[in-house]
Amino acid sequence: MSETKKTNIILFSGDYDKAMAAYIIANGAAAYDHEVTIFHTFWGLNALRKDGKVEAQKGFLEKMFGKMMPKGADNLGLSKMNMAGMGPKMIKKVMKKHNAQTVPELIEMAQMQDINLVACQMTMDLLGFQKEELLDDITYAGVAAYLADAEDGNVNLFI
Amino acid sequence: MNVDKQLDAKGLACPMPIVKTKKAIGEIESGQVLEVATTDAGAKQDLTAWTSSTGHTLLDDKEENGVFTFWIQKG
Repeated sequence: MSETKKTNIILFSGDYDKAMAAYIIANGAAAYDHEVTIFHTFWGLNALRKDGKVEAQKGFLEKMFGKMMPKGADNLGLSKMNMAGMGPKMIKKVMKKHNAQTVPELIEMAQMQDINLVACQMTMDLLGFQKEELLDDITYAGVAAYLADAEDGNVNLFI
Repeated sequence: MNVDKQLDAKGLACPMPIVKTKKAIGEIESGQVLEVATTDAGAKQDLTAWTSSTGHTLLDDKEENGVFTFWIQKG
């Protein structure tokens, strides 16, 4: 084994199925001994939100935004066949039958495998997220940090 | 075959067989052999690709009653 390879994934989407794909690839890449980073921006930040109510000092617009977006990975909708929330319920049933890992489980596994979970600070500000609303042990960065990882990345994905 | 460690990954879906195999191979010494059993039909391609690109050797594999078994020697 020579030098460590790098996988960088931008998770822009806040859909359950797309987050699932991103986290499966990330966990697979970690098993390939890659150094893995998932850079969450825009709707992808919702995957990092804590489930339930978190006290945070916010303005009116930020509060509205917070209410309208899914709270955490388990509450994301599907990109297709969401059917007002019926879709996610059905797919979770099927996933259980096939013993597939849920997105929250995949995120936990990613943290166990030392995958670098990054939240984009600029879009956090836009959507009104504060650090206490997102999972612990994540890092905050911007485009330069992403590019520094991506320019010598072996796998670069935008999901 | 001389097996140093066994991994039962039966019933697990992608990406778990690979993630567990990686963990298990980390627990044996170079030259030792890991036996992996899985029911994931994608595992044949997955484990073959994984062993060659992570520097290990796939010694043998077989399929019996829907169970795929692999013997991987740590590189």
